Amino acid sequence: MTTQTTRTTTPNPLSQGWTYAPAPESAAIAAVKDRYLPFVDGTFVEGHGDDAVTFNPGNAEPLATVSQSTTGDVDVAVAAARRAYEDVWSPMSGAERGRYLFRIARGLAERARELAVLECLDNGKPIRETRDFDVPTAAQHFFYHAGWADKLGHLGLGPAPRPLGVAAQVIPWNFPLLMAAWKIAPALAAGNTVVIKPAETTPLSVLVLAEVMADAGLPPGVVNVVTGAGDIGSALVNHPGVDKVAFTGSTTVGRGIQRSLAGTGRRLTLELGGKGANIVFDDAALDQAVEGIVNGIFFNAGQVCCAGSRLLVQEPVAEELLAKLEARAQTLRVGDPLDKNTDVGAISSVRQKTKIDELVASGADEGAHVWRSTAPVPDRGWYVSPTILTATAGSMRVVREEIFGPVLTVETFRTPDEAVAKANNTPYGLSAGVWTEKGSRAMAMASALQAGVVWDNTFNRFDPAAAFGGYGESGFGREGGPAGMAAYLEDGS
Amino acid sequence: MTTYASPPSRVPGTATGPDSSLAADEPRLPAHLAGATADEATLRRFLAGLPGVDPVGLEQRAATLATRSIKKASKLAAIDLAISMVDLTTLEGSDTPGKVANLARKALSPDPGRPSTGSGNSCPAVAAVCVYPDRVATAADVVAGSGVRVASVATAFPSGRSSLEVKLADVRLALDSGADEIDMVIDRGAFLAGQYGLVLEQIRAVKAVVAAGSGRARLKVILETGELATYDNVRRACWIALLGGADFLKTSTGKVSPAATLPVTQVLLQAVRDWRDQTGQQVAVKPAGGIRTTKDAIRHLVAVNEVAGPEWLDPHWFRFGASSLLDDLVLQRRAQLAGHYADPATVPLD
Repeated sequence: MTTQTTRTTTPNPLSQGWTYAPAPESAAIAAVKDRYLPFVDGTFVEGHGDDAVTFNPGNAEPLATVSQSTTGDVDVAVAAARRAYEDVWSPMSGAERGRYLFRIARGLAERARELAVLECLDNGKPIRETRDFDVPTAAQHFFYHAGWADKLGHLGLGPAPRPLGVAAQVIPWNFPLLMAAWKIAPALAAGNTVVIKPAETTPLSVLVLAEVMADAGLPPGVVNVVTGAGDIGSALVNHPGVDKVAFTGSTTVGRGIQRSLAGTGRRLTLELGGKGANIVFDDAALDQAVEGIVNGIFFNAGQVCCAGSRLLVQEPVAEELLAKLEARAQTLRVGDPLDKNTDVGAISSVRQKTKIDELVASGADEGAHVWRSTAPVPDRGWYVSPTILTATAGSMRVVREEIFGPVLTVETFRTPDEAVAKANNTPYGLSAGVWTEKGSRAMAMASALQAGVVWDNTFNRFDPAAAFGGYGESGFGREGGPAGMAAYLEDGS
Repeated sequence: MTTYASPPSRVPGTATGPDSSLAADEPRLPAHLAGATADEATLRRFLAGLPGVDPVGLEQRAATLATRSIKKASKLAAIDLAISMVDLTTLEGSDTPGKVANLARKALSPDPGRPSTGSGNSCPAVAAVCVYPDRVATAADVVAGSGVRVASVATAFPSGRSSLEVKLADVRLALDSGADEIDMVIDRGAFLAGQYGLVLEQIRAVKAVVAAGSGRARLKVILETGELATYDNVRRACWIALLGGADFLKTSTGKVSPAATLPVTQVLLQAVRDWRDQTGQQVAVKPAGGIRTTKDAIRHLVAVNEVAGPEWLDPHWFRFGASSLLDDLVLQRRAQLAGHYADPATVPLD
């Protein structure tokens, strides 16, 4: 009889490799303007600082000029937010506030394509993610919180919990629009007004969100967007006119904010770094565990505070899993963020790329084995190939420090207790993943892991109804769900 | 597969039950696979020891792969490949010799405006015509010498609810009439009753008959995934078929819904990839039923490329069991070449 490899025809050329033709989304859809202005008291106004330039990480070219706010501009914005809080927003009925939030959600959905392309250009993340995750999830957050606006009495905070006042919000560059939505939507639903500062490298989508809010007829001053770097962020969070500070970013900066706010009586929530463990037991659904590992560390090129950056795999399946993982990571398409088939885009700034490269080099110096995807990477722009570090130890910098890039470290374990001990052996505590087909083990692990979010047989799943936040140096306070609402309300019970 | 040394007790025509010996494994299989079929209990433990399939993660990956945007030259190449992978199928009680002959002629030349024998942008012929055993001779006459194969569903298709004797006679009828490929169904009743050994025995018995024929025929094993219901079951059925000597894993008969879905095809692709990693042997995959549009077909090819690997992007290693799919592929092919859509009425009926 014949063997399976016997054949009479010549192989199809595609079996030697099928190259997908470039499928770039049009950059023109983003309608990028030459210059962007801060949004204060309902209008786009000139900042009084020197203009700054924001870059397209995909090709390292300048994208737009952004007028920068000064500390004086922050004063004006906070004063506008105070007026809006006292005169308009806090006296307004919850039902009425909810209508504005619904309108903003619809406005985001209507401009979804434009925002997806703009976010892709300004941040460098792939269009597949901005189109299928960032923008729709941002809209979802407004839809979800719109529903809370007239139901505050059902949050368990008393019959009529009161808003806090003016919220100062500082957000990072890894999910610019989504982080703005996470912070603005609950603040507004609860009756607070907002002054928000996007990261200096990624301000554009938040300024378009300001347009959406203006188009929704949001009263002037309810949301103000100031622009600038860390000094402006510091001026904002330390401003005596704010009642609540919400910060997402690095642990170093978060620690400084907590120090300076101590004793002021201002409410604070911090969402900081992470070094999430992704734990794979030997009875896991291995093919899906591989997908979860890939999603955990290569989603947004690993520039995710809750990334599953430490893989802990049980020894009996370590070899098999790693072989599958490397084969899968090799299929990731790295490159032009605008190409609809790109899986891993650019690193958001040259500074971040340098930091990632430096940490990977330190791992190699300390004896880790470095695996890197050989998928081609564009010549221009800031790219890091998917990287897997094996033979790592808990003492190495790459295992201790947050890399914030597409770099996975791999350690093995023998028993559930050892997995818990290794997973918890970090000052951070934001996220963890558990992969097992045994439900009782998953539940026990979830109890034992010191992490704000524990995903069971999945990773990097987000929902506005689910609370998100950290332990230890990953911060405190929750965003999303009733717990996220509580962060913007006085408990009146 | 390799030479199949079946003991006299399991030669074609001999009914075997789940309690009979499952021995006589492939000599070239690694020990953990060769030993897996030693007896019913060992086979059960082996199948239970396969990693589970998490439906949420599987469907998420399938949905992500479905967002791939295949354009321009890569799309035209995919359409031509898909056409060359079609098992053009008619499986109706009303199949007449005339209907089957027409279908076979269409298989040879799916787009008469651009005949497959022509030059330039000629449209490829399909891989095979798939018919019931008593219509094989008709189809074989038409496609003789063309390179287009004749595949035949046998083994009391589609339910498989008959004696092994009847099933094997069905296979022999197809082979004797000139079938190049046999599409058998597994005994889903036995599978769902946990009689995995019986399922394996029947596959081996059919394989023995196929192997005893001209020596060129290949065996497709239809799992009927819609009746197995869970992805874990689909994976176990894949491994029974692989251990039984399948040349192809095939999702469905087309008579049960759901038939071929992207997640189910992905489970099959993962199985053949794992099988090759462990044995060095490549096995083909055939989703069948429910794939009607070029978009569906290209999504499947993307999954083949990224889950199993480009080595499977070949009509020898991947097929589409379909009837109406071919018409849409031809229309989309013309649109790619001409820059506009053609009138569907210009695509010939079979």
